[in-house]
Amino acid sequence: MKVISRLFLLLIYAFLYVPIIVLIIYSFNNSQYSMLWHGFTWAWYQQLSSDSDLISSAVNSIALGVSASSIATLLGTLCAVSLYRYNFKGQKLLYFTVFLLILMPDIVIGTSLLILFSTANFELGFFSLLIAHITLCLPFVVIVIYSRLTTVDENIFEAALDLGATNSIIFKRILIPLLTPGLIAAWLLSFTLSLDDVIISYFVSGPNFQILPLQIFSMVKLGVDPEINALTSIIFAITVLFVLISHFSLRKK
Amino acid sequence: MKHDTFKFFSLSTIWLWIILFAILPFVLMLVISFATAGENNLVVYSFNLHNFLNLINYAYLRIFTRSVFLAAYVTVITLIIGYPFAYIIAHTSERIKNLLLLLVIIPFWTSSLIRSYAMITILKTQGLLNSFLLWLGVIHMPLQILYTNIAVIIGLVYSLLPFMVLPLYANIERLDQSLVDAARDLGANRYITFKRVIIPQTIPGIISGCIIVFLPAMTIFYIPDLLGGAKSMLLGNLIQDQFLFANNWPQGAAISVILTAFMLILLWLYWRNSRSKDRHEFL
Amino acid sequence: MVKTVQLDTTSKPLIEFINVSKSFADQLVLSNINFSVKSGEFLTLLGPSGCGKTTLLRLISGFEKPNTGEILFNGKSVVGISPHQRHVHTVFQSYALFPHMNVFENVAFGLRCQKVPKDEINERVDQALRLVKLETLAKRKATQLSGGQQQRVAIARAIVNKPLALLLDEPLSSLDYRLRKDMQIELIQLQRKLGITFIFVTHDQEEALSMSDRIVVMHEGHVEQIGTPREVYETPKNLTVAKFIGEVNIFDTEVIEVNQKTIKVNIDGYLHQLANTKNFQTGDKLHMIIRPEDMRAYRMDETEGQERMLIGKVNEVIYKGCTVDLIIQLNNGKIVSVEEYFNEDDDKLEYQLNETVILNWLPGWEVVLPYEA
Repeated sequence: MKVISRLFLLLIYAFLYVPIIVLIIYSFNNSQYSMLWHGFTWAWYQQLSSDSDLISSAVNSIALGVSASSIATLLGTLCAVSLYRYNFKGQKLLYFTVFLLILMPDIVIGTSLLILFSTANFELGFFSLLIAHITLCLPFVVIVIYSRLTTVDENIFEAALDLGATNSIIFKRILIPLLTPGLIAAWLLSFTLSLDDVIISYFVSGPNFQILPLQIFSMVKLGVDPEINALTSIIFAITVLFVLISHFSLRKK
Repeated sequence: MKHDTFKFFSLSTIWLWIILFAILPFVLMLVISFATAGENNLVVYSFNLHNFLNLINYAYLRIFTRSVFLAAYVTVITLIIGYPFAYIIAHTSERIKNLLLLLVIIPFWTSSLIRSYAMITILKTQGLLNSFLLWLGVIHMPLQILYTNIAVIIGLVYSLLPFMVLPLYANIERLDQSLVDAARDLGANRYITFKRVIIPQTIPGIISGCIIVFLPAMTIFYIPDLLGGAKSMLLGNLIQDQFLFANNWPQGAAISVILTAFMLILLWLYWRNSRSKDRHEFL
Repeated sequence: MVKTVQLDTTSKPLIEFINVSKSFADQLVLSNINFSVKSGEFLTLLGPSGCGKTTLLRLISGFEKPNTGEILFNGKSVVGISPHQRHVHTVFQSYALFPHMNVFENVAFGLRCQKVPKDEINERVDQALRLVKLETLAKRKATQLSGGQQQRVAIARAIVNKPLALLLDEPLSSLDYRLRKDMQIELIQLQRKLGITFIFVTHDQEEALSMSDRIVVMHEGHVEQIGTPREVYETPKNLTVAKFIGEVNIFDTEVIEVNQKTIKVNIDGYLHQLANTKNFQTGDKLHMIIRPEDMRAYRMDETEGQERMLIGKVNEVIYKGCTVDLIIQLNNGKIVSVEEYFNEDDDKLEYQLNETVILNWLPGWEVVLPYEA
């Protein structure tokens, strides 16, 4: 029984990882189209580094990601803290809306935002993307921070109040330090979500601000390209790095 | 009072954002779904049910049912693979468990687009899968997998498997082992224990996983785009098409509204099934 | 150890509860609470779980609001004033130390909130830590301390602010026996030294008896009795108090005859004469209460001149080290418990099971209470 379990695990992990590993291997393959190994090369990575189009998209995406994550983390933390600590009118509704936002298909979020921007005559570009990405990441930040909050002894907030602290002191001096691992994880998760988002960005991006995932999407539609292999390998490596940082930061507590 | 200013500031900022960018857009979408498309991308506001009635025609219904069935296949497959997978991981020793979990979280965080692209390399005619099968001697001619519905299903399963595994794992991990022990102690064999004790306890996880997989399976448009053929237009593609190519926003809005209603029904089923939990526990 | 501090009973009370009641949802948790806390006293709220004592404490600290009634601090109403503005501080059962701060920062927290100047903070924190004997651990992270040490930090953190009163919510319940006993003594000494009013919540009646100036005995949301430990133990007002504090033997009987200051009652076939402390009339039903340690047991051959006798058979002999408990069954079936000091050399105390023994008690050591249904 145990052997079968181990085998099954191995099989599924292989299913999950083989395609990506193959991708990484082929990014070093000294051949444009062939599936056979023609020797190791850095060529595709070099081509990548001189592809100014891709690089400017990457820079755009990074700028977008950093901004969206930071704002989403701040807003999401305020939201999670409020939901956890206070009792206020409409609390259940807020809860429900955040929950709904996570499950809402990206395409509905994307198209409804498009309608909003169009109705308000708001130009599509960096800011429309920023707003969309913050809205996308917000509920995830709320989950991460909220579950982090549940690990904190409830009495601490009462103790602080009892000793004379106002809510803003509690937020600054107690919550933020205690939540730091969660904040890191939430920020990294948001950044990844922003960097990887295709569907929402598809609807709310404008012609003047090209972002990486959309560019990759249009390149991929044309077929397999080793340059894309190289690019996706890099993105994968960065993702792994983020997961590791977030995981170990959360574990320290 | 200073005490309340912060609370006031927090709450009003959050509400402002949610209302402006989550609730309002959806309300607008609802409104538009009752309008008609004008020229040059303009929307003519005349209340009618055209867009909804249109959906009862054959072409739309076909796409809708195909999407539902496809999403259902994907959900069932990920469940069948994901459940034992999560179960086995939950029962490994503490040291390995964390590593195994990490190895599931990594694909979870990895862009679906990149992973789908990786699938293309595997599934294409000169791709790895065909080469492997040919080498094994199982087939003599390469299979045309890419650009078929099968490829779309494989692609969706590949993307969404981690989404099924994680909620299942969370649920199975929290299973009270003493319940299992009690059942075994009272004479139940493994099969009965599994059927009568373990599965009922993990139903919340199963339902969560299914909802988290089913909805995206219907609406991620780039996977059918990349891996599927002309016949693979799913709900997501349909909406995309209405908004960006057919310029019929009201129609697209109507489909989105139906989709949302569908999602709410599923959620209601989930809510009904889960008993009242501690308010901090739902997340 | 009997507390002999003289309390100032003439000045105004520090905290007053007037007709206070509190409900949660539809459940009445506290009803008709009236009492006052004197300045400088060690007051204990005592009762079983669910009696409302913690809720009462939280009404004082401000985390709950009363549904009816008034709560006054030094004569001024505090209803509506939030916890962070009330000048009372709580020591929580779980200590609730801030895990990311060290001992010094934890203790200094309240002072920092009030924007006390840095030098003064250093001085006062130092002083507080010395009072709880933790001055060497100031830089240690709060989570690295033992349970007893954490508790002392929690106390230091509260007293450094010089509160009107210190509220302690079952602070000793998670400590082991030895540590708990030590901490009880330390707390009393601390209270005496500081002169601050302590309001202490516990369900452990032994703890309440040994530490308090006064005890408020609570049961199901009511105040049953308020008094010094001796008053509450030796003259309980009703059955609830009598049963909750210490062990009791309860005899239900009826007044047969009244003679000026005494009454005659029948217990298990024997006539007994008791002091008429509650002005009973003939025919009144009553409970007679005797604590096990106030009873004596004698062998059949020692019964010369013993009055107030009851006769029974030994059911159990329980050796408790310091004392021996006897469970005796009287002729009418009633079970009585007797506690005697164990004297190793005295073979009078080697009772056998089923042995017949005679019981009596010293006159006046019983308590008579009106019959409760």
